[in-house]
Amino acid sequence: MKKINLAIALGATCAGCDVAILDLNEKILEVFDLVEFKFWPTAMDFKLDDLEKLKDKEVDVGIYHGAIRTTEDVKIAKILRQKSKVVVAFGACANFGGIPSLANMPYEQNMFDLVYKDVPSMDNPENTVPLTSVKIDDVELTLPGILENADALEEIIDVDYFVPGCPPMVPLIEQVIEVLKVFAKKGELPPKGAVIAGTKTLCDECGRTKPEKISFKEFISPQEVEEMDPDLCLLPQGIICLGPATRAGCDGLCTKMNVGCRGCLGPTDKVKDHGLKMISAITSLLEVDEEEEMTEEQLDKIVEKIPDPLGTFYRFTYGKSLIYKLHSEEKVI
Amino acid sequence: MSKVGVFVCHCGRNIAHTVDIKKVLETIKDYEDVVHVEDNMYMCSEPGQAVIKEAIKKHDLDRVVVAACSKDMHEDTFRIVTKEAGLNQYLTEMANIREQCSWVHEDKKESTEKAIKIIGSTIERVKRNQALEPYHIPVTRKALVIGGGIAGIQAALDIADAGYQVTLVEKDSTIGGKMAQLAETFPTLDCSQCILTPKMVAVGRHPNIRLLTNSEVENVDGYVGSFKVKIKKKPRYVIEEKCTICDDCVHVCPVIVHDEYNAGLSPRKAIYIAFPQAVPATYIIDPNTCLGIDPLICAKCKEVCDPKAIDFDMHPEILDEEFGAIVVATGFSAYPYEEIGEYGYGNIHNVISGLEFERLLSANGPTQGVIRRPSDGSIPKTVVFIHCAGSRDPAKHLPYCSKICCMYATKHALQYKHLVHDGVALNFYIDVRTAGKDYEEFYKRATEEESVIYVRGKVSEVIQDGEKLLIRGVNTLTSESIELHADMVVLATGLLPSKGTQEISSILKLSCDSKGFVKEAHPKLKPVETAISGVFVAGTASGPKDIPETVAQASGAAAKAQIILSSDFLERDPVIAEIDDLTCGICHTCIHVCPYGAISYDEGQNKVLVNEALCEGCGSCAAACPSGSIELRNSTYESISASIKALLKA
Repeated sequence: MKKINLAIALGATCAGCDVAILDLNEKILEVFDLVEFKFWPTAMDFKLDDLEKLKDKEVDVGIYHGAIRTTEDVKIAKILRQKSKVVVAFGACANFGGIPSLANMPYEQNMFDLVYKDVPSMDNPENTVPLTSVKIDDVELTLPGILENADALEEIIDVDYFVPGCPPMVPLIEQVIEVLKVFAKKGELPPKGAVIAGTKTLCDECGRTKPEKISFKEFISPQEVEEMDPDLCLLPQGIICLGPATRAGCDGLCTKMNVGCRGCLGPTDKVKDHGLKMISAITSLLEVDEEEEMTEEQLDKIVEKIPDPLGTFYRFTYGKSLIYKLHSEEKVI
Repeated sequence: MSKVGVFVCHCGRNIAHTVDIKKVLETIKDYEDVVHVEDNMYMCSEPGQAVIKEAIKKHDLDRVVVAACSKDMHEDTFRIVTKEAGLNQYLTEMANIREQCSWVHEDKKESTEKAIKIIGSTIERVKRNQALEPYHIPVTRKALVIGGGIAGIQAALDIADAGYQVTLVEKDSTIGGKMAQLAETFPTLDCSQCILTPKMVAVGRHPNIRLLTNSEVENVDGYVGSFKVKIKKKPRYVIEEKCTICDDCVHVCPVIVHDEYNAGLSPRKAIYIAFPQAVPATYIIDPNTCLGIDPLICAKCKEVCDPKAIDFDMHPEILDEEFGAIVVATGFSAYPYEEIGEYGYGNIHNVISGLEFERLLSANGPTQGVIRRPSDGSIPKTVVFIHCAGSRDPAKHLPYCSKICCMYATKHALQYKHLVHDGVALNFYIDVRTAGKDYEEFYKRATEEESVIYVRGKVSEVIQDGEKLLIRGVNTLTSESIELHADMVVLATGLLPSKGTQEISSILKLSCDSKGFVKEAHPKLKPVETAISGVFVAGTASGPKDIPETVAQASGAAAKAQIILSSDFLERDPVIAEIDDLTCGICHTCIHVCPYGAISYDEGQNKVLVNEALCEGCGSCAAACPSGSIELRNSTYESISASIKALLKA
């Protein structure tokens, strides 16, 4: 069996996706039997030159994790596309922009001022901010430029497959390995655009019981719950859980620990805007029976209990949201 | 490739005076897939409809857009036209360029542009429509009437006379309701019992009517055509068939309680019959006051009962029945008199309610039709009738007018004068409302022939003053304050929905107005229909009304129910929600959001199912579904986004 040429490239990432691959434990040995690493700078001694030197399409599968945040990320992504037969967007950042894309939210303040000067914890008396170029003793040192927004990989290059998750969970990576095995043996690949995760939502696999009807009167944090029912769905207990709107595939990793789903696997195939769908579901369920008798103020009071609504509902998918696309004046439809 | 025909209506000048129809036609005719455009002065008129039919045939159209008024007005009209022309009726859409365009704008240029956009958007939508066929759902050809007052009696009789089976459920021991307690009825003064009891008897005898008294509807599932109803038949402890109404049991029963039929003005025993003409004509034991449903404690009645009609071992029975249509006739209750603290009801003996006065007037009442004061049994010489007691008082009591109080207070005063010729009857009123056939004449008769005194003004307080009552108020015509003594005060209070009305509306999920009365499907054009298909409402359950109106509504509701019962199948609109099981994670959001209870989880199939007979196609579930698995037929994500795209197109 011919080994598959694999490249793992990265952009704006915390490298948790790399750690997730290593989390395969002994199963990683199968990976080494299956693939020939052509590029994986996090784990081995590779430089971008090594990727650039390869022939076009020499890499069978190119995996990319992280968002597109800098000019360097764009460059790497484009090289990876050029050198790979298929490209896989790996992890929430590459799929949806991820947490870095929350910075796309329009602020009155300049982002650099906010991050490098105004944050209360920042001690920066000389107001040093990153520059793309600086001359020291006539030697020019350069850094990649930062883009206005952090985007998903798909916005920059053509992507063949998607593996969401923050980071993609071991069961999903195992699915990827199975795909690679079939590819190595028979040369067959899934249809372009396939998402390697569940098709349904988390509720399908979370295992908590649903009351016949879900409704709740308030939002509370898990630590505020006096006595958590370990078997009952979290929503009727007042805990925000994005499970109903989020793609299955993690086997209820968070909800099994009494923590509401944060939505890292993104929406289903049917949904364009993950957060919007969850907002519309949650507001539909809230006090649905008494809603008519309640005043706007009373309803506002409940909704105000949601800490950081944007971060709650768009933690991983802001880069794909309609509001982002609207304010960034991209074509929405 | 579709072949779309666009038909633009002038609606006389309604649309044409702000929308340049010619410009619309010229622009739209060049749109992709549009093969025919045409206008007409009134598209909904017969000639207008003919235009559409001809064009469908002539140009072989496979999609139709009618740019006219709101879907609410004429969607059915144009669907039928399409169907008659041989095209599936769901391939027609309406573009609303009247309510949403010409009526709300003045600038002709801008509204013309907007009309073109609305039509363009509708074209995109209709191109994505699928041909659909209506559902046929089977009908159980039986009706359920809930409530055995005059409304329920009339509705049950009408449906039964038309040849359908009816079950009439009444929570009390007899049918007859509030009307059975009235003395005479305005404006003709016929004896209430005399006109009511023949109908009660007819119900009891009717071969098509199954009468369940002392019973309550516990639960209703299902939908129009096949409502699955759970009825709880409470034990009577008296076997109806054996009881001969000999009243031996009554004499030995040691328990004495207030008689509800006489509004508490007389006693009754724990074993009793509500009134002699009660239907069914049989005794009942009141289990709350009977000393011993456990026969060891008392059982005196059982000992003396010759026909052995008493059975202490009866238990509640649950009946599961299926019905095609339901008529709700659960009536009203009077506004709680004691809430009006300033009139002293409950503290002052001689301040009585309208219903108590009815019983005093009744020949079969506690005083055999002689007006006597509850405090000392004397005949009152001055009686004050207070209109609008607790009505038209948004600050403290009911904000609305209960419609019948002016008339019944007038009737009370007039009847009092008939019985006590030298007595003084004094009515305090805000306005005298006599809108009804012969009502004004009745009022004139009271004032002119019977010398009933009317004072325009409000009574501010009633207090006990020795033997008499001191009434303080104001005459609002002269602005003088009034103080006078009377022997008795009668409160004409307004109407509230009865407890039964409130209970049944929650069981049936009927929407109610802010006062708790059942909401009609349309206040003017659908007065006896409710938001739930197949459930009708009659009488005071939907708001205060007099007997003639109640009876008319009952017959109306009966006729509506008969429409459903008249065929074995019902046609249902197929524009309903569909769930994609591939992405549905069964989060139950839709189940909670659905206002019609149409969505349920099936454990066996591990699927969420939409009941096509219950779904009204409102789309709430599609909007709420967090996984995007629910779409409304012909309003799919694709079709909605295509129509939005067309609207946003520059």
